[in-house]
Amino acid sequence: MSSADAVAAVLWFGVTLYAVFGGADFGSGFWALVAGGSERGRRARALIDWAIGPVWEANHVWLIFMLVTLWTAFPEAFGSVMSTLFIPLSLAALGIVLRGAGFAFHRVAARSSARRLAEAAFAISSVLTPFFMGTVVGAVASGRVPVGNAQGDQITSWANPVSLVLGALFVAAGAYLAAVFLVSDARRFGDLELVGYFTTRALAAALVAGGLALAGILVLRDDARYLYDGLTSEGLPLVLISFACGLAALILLWRRARRGVRPLGVAAVVAVIWGWASAQYPYLLPQTLTIEEGAGASETLTAVLVVFGIAVVVVVPALALLFTLDQRSVLEEEAEG
Amino acid sequence: MVPDLFPLAADLEAARSQMAFTLGFHIILASIGVAFPAIILIANYLGLKRGDAVALDLARRWSKVAAVTFVVGAITGTVLSFEMGLLWPEFMRRFGDVFGLPFALEGIFFFTEAIFIAIYIYGWKHLPGWVHFWTGVPVVLAGLGGAWSVVAANSWMNQPDGFKLAPDGTVTDVNALDAFFNGAVAYEAPHMILAAYIVTGFLVASVYAVGMLRGRRDRHHRLGLLIPLTVAVIVTPIQFMVGDTAARSIAKDQPIKFAAMECVQTTHTHVTEYIGGRCTSDGVKGGIGIPGLDSWLVGFSTDTEVIGLDTVPPDDRPPANTLLHLAFDAMVGICSVLILLGLWLGIAWWRKRDIPKTPWFLRAVAVSGVAAIVALECGWIVTEVGRQPWIVYEVMRTEDAVTQADGVWVSLAVVLVAYTALGVATVLVLRTMARRWRSADEVDVPYGPRPAANDPPEAPV
Repeated sequence: MSSADAVAAVLWFGVTLYAVFGGADFGSGFWALVAGGSERGRRARALIDWAIGPVWEANHVWLIFMLVTLWTAFPEAFGSVMSTLFIPLSLAALGIVLRGAGFAFHRVAARSSARRLAEAAFAISSVLTPFFMGTVVGAVASGRVPVGNAQGDQITSWANPVSLVLGALFVAAGAYLAAVFLVSDARRFGDLELVGYFTTRALAAALVAGGLALAGILVLRDDARYLYDGLTSEGLPLVLISFACGLAALILLWRRARRGVRPLGVAAVVAVIWGWASAQYPYLLPQTLTIEEGAGASETLTAVLVVFGIAVVVVVPALALLFTLDQRSVLEEEAEG
Repeated sequence: MVPDLFPLAADLEAARSQMAFTLGFHIILASIGVAFPAIILIANYLGLKRGDAVALDLARRWSKVAAVTFVVGAITGTVLSFEMGLLWPEFMRRFGDVFGLPFALEGIFFFTEAIFIAIYIYGWKHLPGWVHFWTGVPVVLAGLGGAWSVVAANSWMNQPDGFKLAPDGTVTDVNALDAFFNGAVAYEAPHMILAAYIVTGFLVASVYAVGMLRGRRDRHHRLGLLIPLTVAVIVTPIQFMVGDTAARSIAKDQPIKFAAMECVQTTHTHVTEYIGGRCTSDGVKGGIGIPGLDSWLVGFSTDTEVIGLDTVPPDDRPPANTLLHLAFDAMVGICSVLILLGLWLGIAWWRKRDIPKTPWFLRAVAVSGVAAIVALECGWIVTEVGRQPWIVYEVMRTEDAVTQADGVWVSLAVVLVAYTALGVATVLVLRTMARRWRSADEVDVPYGPRPAANDPPEAPV
């Protein structure tokens, strides 16, 4: 494996973690949006708050990790993507601002009108941001981002069938992961009614996400042939693993199993992400820029790998500490939480 | 194609304005993020060591404030990462692999910071006192490392190193470590870190000074004033010396920036130092001139030659020389006044073990926070506008770095509205928290303690 491939794998590692943890956080915002104003809806929103409060900032850092790795190791791809996809990426960034601000402010807001405004900003942007990120992925996957400074079409590069289906799929997959996580959070929170509430929603989201994934494959066949061919050859084992894990998670959810749903749900999403990677390999931008062509100076690639090694040594134990303390409910006010 | 709804044109001015505005906003939050944890830990330490409940309470409250400012700093920082590519794709395509490493390191520091700040802020209740204190220490260290890394990237733009240019402009022989340890980082990074401590120290102290002026003279306010103010007044004189070194280095390494700051039109010796005034093509008009001082400051002798703007073609000179000159003077002036404020406090403390009795002292502290922010922004203007027209000093012009995408004016307009709302909301939220603390009401914040499971999760609206 060349050092460019190794750095691409590191980048994909970041993409995977952001998709799982960041995706679940965005999905929580989706459930907050559709929870409604009933008493049960309010309790669901409180659970969402309680669940993502301590971890969402750390989860968000994976996005920074992706951006920085991309521009340091693959500057050509970064500049091309960021300029051609100026509109959806600007909207995604705006969504991140509104979401963070909404989340930070809604619990402190003095008046209920201000609180509702902050909650609305959090919930709506939780849907818009992953949607626009999905359109960006669709643009890249369907080969609509040429190399250069804004060389692709600024509208149709992301407003096309592949992008729109992937945008919707991103929202659905995040909602699915979030619901799966929230089922266990509700158990930890001690609210059995919410366990049922989110189990139902996890099942619904699983079916929608699965349907969109199938629709996505059909759209790819017409509109992104390179990726489709990859997914049905090199990527096929991973696609099948994803399907199997998704199905198994669905059955366990249906049977109200206490264990196994979370790892299987995560595995389904992770397998799709790596299936995409293997289908697109060796391209960064399908059929225009390969990983080797797009890679930066070799010394920089080595430095990125070294920095990644340091990050694994420093960040992983710290992150494990955070998640452990969080899951043992140490990070909260009352003992019986 | 793009519909003709807006006057869409790739526009350098819009991109520069958006970058300046978002960076100028973020730099305040980033400064608080770097320095506030240290001030919180000092209060936490005093509280644990002396069993001082007031100090512990201050640390608790400040950590909740830091929770809010940290979130706002994180999202405005994320926007900057997007903008590197959204606004300056050519810059990143050409140099991303040269100066990207500091950002990668910064990523590690930011991660560490985000993880431990969550543990610290959420850990008040369950973690034992000293264990909890130590979970805050990585936040302080990561803040220093993160600031150093980000400023290393910026100082690389001022004094690029770690690569060669082929005759056709291709970047070769990249050495990311040389880029990281460029010639400007050794003074630019400490200058920024000290600025962060000055801004945060005076800003937090100014909040308590206002409270004391309104008659709240309890121990809470006294300690809330003294802890951050002590940090700030110790750091300010050090900053003056670091800044002086920085200015001398800039005179040597980025002479055109220095000439613009001081409005030196032609290269000569015995250069007059002007305080204030307008910069014209004939030199400064309307300022106070001290003959020979500029030369002396650059080389400790009035015979020192100072390079003038005339050594480069007009196209290579920074714009807005009067702005640069006044921004530089304002920064130095404010720093000097803040040193005097520190001396005032120091003398009163030495003689009476107390803060000066006169309300004028509190009034001075009350405006010191805003003054420190003005100095911070002025310093940022000097270093960034002073580098223009280059994005990479004498290597790449800003106009060659900008995106060809349409619609930057639209995104600038949206950013102006969104950030104004964000700024107003942040201030309102912090004021609400303070008001509730005064009425001894606890406040829920993003990192605040979770409600207990058996509590009603939310009051009916």
